[in-house]
Amino acid sequence: MLEIKNLKVKLEEEDKQILKGVDLTVEAGKVHAIMGPNGSGKSTLSYVLSGRDGYEVTEGSATLEGEDLLELEPEERAALGLFLAFQYPVEIPGVGNMTFLRTAVNAQRKARGQEEMSAAEFLKVIRAKAKTLKIDADMLKRPVNVGFSGGEKKRNEILQMAMLEPKMCILDETDSGLDVDAMKLVSEGVNALRDAGRGFLVITHYQRLLDHIKPDVVHIMADGRIVKTGGPELALEVEQNGYADILSEVA
Amino acid sequence: MALDDRKLNATEERLAAMTVPDVGCTKTARQSALARVRAMGLPARRDEYWKFTRPDTLVQPEAPKAAVFASDEAWVFDAIDRLKIVFVDGVFNADLSDDLTLEGVEIDRLEDVCCQDNHWAEDFYGTLEANSHDPVERPLAALNTAFAGDGVTIRVTGKPSKPISLIYTHESETSDVFLHHVVRVESGAEATILENGPAAARFNKCFEIDIADGGTLHHIRAQGRDHERRAAAHMFARLGKESVYKSFTLTVNGVLTRNETVIELTGDDAVAHVAGACLGDGDFHHDDTVFITHDAVNCESRQVFKKVLRNGATGVFQGKILVKPGAQKTDGYQISQSLLLDDDSQFLAKPELEIYADDVACSHGSTSGAIDEDALFYLRARGVPKDIATDLLTLAFLAEAVDEIENEEIADEINGRLEGWLERRRG
Ligand SMILES: Nc1ncnc2c1ncn2[C@@H]1O[C@H](COP(=O)(O)OP(=O)(O)O)[C@@H](O)[C@H]1O
Ligand SMILES: [Mg+2]
Repeated sequence: MLEIKNLKVKLEEEDKQILKGVDLTVEAGKVHAIMGPNGSGKSTLSYVLSGRDGYEVTEGSATLEGEDLLELEPEERAALGLFLAFQYPVEIPGVGNMTFLRTAVNAQRKARGQEEMSAAEFLKVIRAKAKTLKIDADMLKRPVNVGFSGGEKKRNEILQMAMLEPKMCILDETDSGLDVDAMKLVSEGVNALRDAGRGFLVITHYQRLLDHIKPDVVHIMADGRIVKTGGPELALEVEQNGYADILSEVA
Repeated sequence: MALDDRKLNATEERLAAMTVPDVGCTKTARQSALARVRAMGLPARRDEYWKFTRPDTLVQPEAPKAAVFASDEAWVFDAIDRLKIVFVDGVFNADLSDDLTLEGVEIDRLEDVCCQDNHWAEDFYGTLEANSHDPVERPLAALNTAFAGDGVTIRVTGKPSKPISLIYTHESETSDVFLHHVVRVESGAEATILENGPAAARFNKCFEIDIADGGTLHHIRAQGRDHERRAAAHMFARLGKESVYKSFTLTVNGVLTRNETVIELTGDDAVAHVAGACLGDGDFHHDDTVFITHDAVNCESRQVFKKVLRNGATGVFQGKILVKPGAQKTDGYQISQSLLLDDDSQFLAKPELEIYADDVACSHGSTSGAIDEDALFYLRARGVPKDIATDLLTLAFLAEAVDEIENEEIADEINGRLEGWLERRRG
């Protein structure tokens, strides 16, 4: 599904190397987790994959089902089926949440040569999906993420993911700022989307989220590289001993 | 103060090219307006009030040519049930207009005012304009009072069932038009006035609006279509106790537009909202100049002006709130913002507050910025193409101004215009 090879990335504006050769393959139907200390490059990886400005790929490649992602505009990557749940969802005053989502869904459909969703059909689908995430009608009407609490923003990300039905989902610290109940809602939302045809890359700082979203593979990222890969037990090890042991072991 | 020679010459040169229309009962008002023009002189480049906008083409004797815009785009407000009053190149056209009778309102053509004994507008014509020249002079408005060739008087006595719609079409490339409308909203009455159309190659329009205690007027105008048109519009409003005046102006296209709004809150608890949204592309200069005077207790004024500028377009905002001594509990708000879609475009703003009362809440802010890159990326990451995402953010930027329109049908019509304009430029 997602194949990243020797990806090296520096900042466009400064001479600062952030990713120093990342290798990672996420297969369809699998959940991979990336853990790692703050500043190790996890968010940068997610941004580079989704096409944010400000980064320069100096080496390596990233493909989604064989298509070169790095050549594409962000919207083209999205239409191919790549989705990033943002660590910090952006507030957009003046754009209604519903308008935003319908524009996004239909833009992707159009790009894929599919028929657009009618307003009525869209309304029906979004109402049902919003309900399971406990997102009320008011939140759907309000401007995108404006005045949303941390938890509401994250639930809104998952709603977008559910509506867009991407093939490859990257979740960047979706657990940060969530209380126990919200964590459960969000995890259920993610688990409901787990499917043989869909890959997940779950970026998290803590093991907590992985109790709910059980990963198949866990990677540890440090200083711009994947330094260790293992099964779910690796996450537990981090939880118990912190990163220090693993980092000294691979140093 | 004596005028300098250059100003004097420019003024006399313009006046020499014109004759005061013979509309008997407004004759005195016109003669005194003419005397005001001579005393003030027409605007010149070095005038402080014209620092950001060159008045030359509004002052020179001949109107610069303006091609008539050929488009099959439907006219704005076409979908709205309204009473239509049509002016073609500044001349009232009875054939194109509806019958001017509507319950709750009395509408007369300006030249017919004199046929009636004691018409209410007889003594009102020119008074708000005449009172508007201190502390800043507005000679183009006085010029209008003196030379207005046509216009209507609207007296709102009840709650007319539909908006009164003034439509200004334009057929001549060289038309130079002066229209002067006067409005009185009687106590407790409420109406909506719509205005649209390019009107002329050069358009000078003056609106004098008197709102009695408890009266309400909604005023929505759309200035658009013709690319080469020029306009100087003055909107004078005087508000009585507990009265409400809400205006919104959409401006798209036009090489030069100067909209002056002068509002006096003279009765306690009055509310005045003035909003504007403008979209400028290329050879476009738009100037909103607003002067709101609080001269009563517990009044609210709100100015919301948003401008989207690209390809070298220029936006100007000069907005002032003057709170007179004794105008306690004034609530004054002013925001002027521009969204600059490239480095060639510019926004020039001069927000001012002048307050002579101690118990007031006034705030103002002016910003100028580019599209929010984070928001743009967020939209694109969800699959929205860059141009559509930019348009969505542009509409979002304008929303605070458009939201000032209370009537949903009219707001939809304005939003439809904005969307259409953006879409056409997307290609
Ligand atoms: N736009 C940027 N400007 C400056 N430094 C950046 C930028 N993006 C990332 N970095 C730096 O790159 C490193 C990795 O950051 P990030 O990818 O956010 O890490 P993580 O998500 O693992 O905490 C950090 O040192 C961070 O400060
Ligand atoms: Mg991060």
